[in-house]
Amino acid sequence: MSTPARASDLPIRLSDVEILAGGVTILDGISITFSAGAPTILIGPNGSGKTTLLRAAMGLIRPARGRITWDGCEVSPPTRRAIMFQRPVMLRRSAAANIGYALAAAGAPRAERPKRVAELLSLVGLDAYAGRPARQLSGGEQQRLSLARALARDPAVLFLDEPTASLDPAATKTIEDIVRAISARGIKVVMATHDLGEAKRLAGEIVLLHRGRVIESGPAPGFFAAPATGEAKKFIAGELLV
Amino acid sequence: MPENNSALHLVLTGDPALFAIVRLSLIVSLSATLIAALIGVPLGALIALTRFRGREPVIVMLNALMGLPPVVAGLSVYLMLSRSGPLGSWGLLFTPPAMVIAQTVLVTPIIAALARQTIEDLWVEYREELAAMGVGPFRRVRTLIWDARFSLLTALLAGFGRAAAEVGAIIIVGGNILGFTRTMTTTIALETSKGNLPLAIGLGIVLMLIVILISALAWGARRASERFSG
Amino acid sequence: MKHFMNSGRILIAAVALGAIVLAAASCGTQEDKSIVVASTTSTQDSGLFDYLLPIIKQRTGITVKVIAQGSGQALDTGRRGDADVVFVHAKSEELKFLAEGESLKRYPVMYNDFVLLGPKSDPAGIAGMQDIGRALQIIKDKRASFISRGDRSGTHIAELKLWKDSGVDIATDNGPWYKSIGQGMGAALNTASAANAYVLSDRGTWIHFKNKGELQILVEGDKRMFNQYGVMLVNPDKHPNVKKALGQKFIDYLISPAGQQDIADYKVDGRPLFYPDANEAGQ
Repeated sequence: MSTPARASDLPIRLSDVEILAGGVTILDGISITFSAGAPTILIGPNGSGKTTLLRAAMGLIRPARGRITWDGCEVSPPTRRAIMFQRPVMLRRSAAANIGYALAAAGAPRAERPKRVAELLSLVGLDAYAGRPARQLSGGEQQRLSLARALARDPAVLFLDEPTASLDPAATKTIEDIVRAISARGIKVVMATHDLGEAKRLAGEIVLLHRGRVIESGPAPGFFAAPATGEAKKFIAGELLV
Repeated sequence: MPENNSALHLVLTGDPALFAIVRLSLIVSLSATLIAALIGVPLGALIALTRFRGREPVIVMLNALMGLPPVVAGLSVYLMLSRSGPLGSWGLLFTPPAMVIAQTVLVTPIIAALARQTIEDLWVEYREELAAMGVGPFRRVRTLIWDARFSLLTALLAGFGRAAAEVGAIIIVGGNILGFTRTMTTTIALETSKGNLPLAIGLGIVLMLIVILISALAWGARRASERFSG
Repeated sequence: MKHFMNSGRILIAAVALGAIVLAAASCGTQEDKSIVVASTTSTQDSGLFDYLLPIIKQRTGITVKVIAQGSGQALDTGRRGDADVVFVHAKSEELKFLAEGESLKRYPVMYNDFVLLGPKSDPAGIAGMQDIGRALQIIKDKRASFISRGDRSGTHIAELKLWKDSGVDIATDNGPWYKSIGQGMGAALNTASAANAYVLSDRGTWIHFKNKGELQILVEGDKRMFNQYGVMLVNPDKHPNVKKALGQKFIDYLISPAGQQDIADYKVDGRPLFYPDANEAGQ
């Protein structure tokens, strides 16, 4: 289990993981595996633990109980993983510089960076804002920039926390197209979303979380056509709130 | 410096004694501020970003030292540099370097305390993103200092303001020697004690204008820089 | 950007270093022929050194760096070895200095006198008196506002002696009327001028002072108000860093006919501030 240049972190396996925050149990003995393939979409009401699960799988939180392994290893630097937070924080630099920073942090060769910055800006539709201070961008634009930053790391696994939450329909479509494209390129996408339509469009596998536990999971068509559990039925009907 | 002329007259005629005094004031205070920054910013960053036993008392102490009385700083440095003190053989007493040392002692806590607060606040903001990007400790420090540079510049200006305004420390370690260690503030003190109040006030105004000018230059540099990066 | 930041740091360090070097250089070259003289605020505030130092440089080539403090403080500076020469006006303290072996010889140089200043309104009614002791007693009896140097300076020591001679135990017999400010002559004069209070001053500083306000000379001429200045080389055996040759050369100049004449020639408004007396016995 040597550290440098790992091919990928998959499968990511959480076994009986318990995570608390301020005395409150967020993840309640969760066991789940993310394997290579189609996108895994996490759904569930607010407070169900989607964000925490993403962070844990990214390696940002250590569980109070249970184990997390990346391709069998308990310790794995995040070289081939990337995450896009629900409320991304922009560095106090230009949009292009933000991406450049992510590239530098990921160890991209200096000569290649300008080209990659331009590519990534183009990919998320922010070419016109290259020199603009990132903090002056709108919420939606910042979210797109955050996605570009995540992609700059050339990840094998990409975690997305409600990436289209504050986007208009046009921008939402852009992001979803990108997600589809990178998934097609072989990158594993694990995404949390509020939007059931979006979940249907992009999955893969659906995982329903509620109060820190996996209620039901399975291929999307089956999940939506014939949900097995009562909670799943209620959730799809929009009646499961907390 | 002719005593019967007003400060304005001295400025307009380019009185060499006045310019020598202004030059010394700026050299001493600017040097002290820069050295204090070279010590204080990394120190502030270190305290901001590491967890160690006794961290809170250290922060309280550092904040308290911002209010270190100049005479106390001056006296302490004097006792160190006096011929009968530990560093007497360096022969630095009553020279400009001694004044720089005394002012550095005054200014370093200011810059360190403000830097610590600034960097810690920014760290709280950046922490998760930097962790997500796998940024290691060295790059982390450089990133925080760079991104916080404008607030850090303000901290430097606060330090410089303190240095340029004080007289208690430099008059003790410098001795206010005509032609060697006489600065704007010590000259103002001297002219006041000679009863030459109009000249003292005039020099005070000249000093204020210089400090305002430096503050304006710093602001201008910041605006220009903002336009290029953000 | 990493590039710029590194070079930015280097630039700052270079500027800082350059500034220190500049500051050090601006005093370094003078070290060869310079001495440090610890003297009093009254000699500084009277303008004597501003006048005398260029002349000394011309005649002897010595650059004199004057630290102006109270006499007591100046002697302490000598005791610490931080000055090469002490030039003060507190004979009793100077003799103590000698007795301690801090110097090997004391040379009288010049004298002036003290004057008792007070407001034009003269609440104690002592204007024109010849007896300083009596005048001080009346001030105390009337509890008229009086400013004291309070800083172990020559003037302060002289003031204490005058209180003693007038039969007043000022240490116990004072009150809110007696304000001890712990500062130099100029500050004391400023305070007295602003508060319309009585104050003892050396004539030199008073003549040169520019903020006289309502103050006037009210009592002068009493023999007890005589103010003698003495100069001493700090003992090089006790403090090896003392510049013995240059210090002695400075002293020799002060007591030489040329030096004594230069002192006598220092006048403000046509009046001399100090009277040379190096060659008179018993000073």
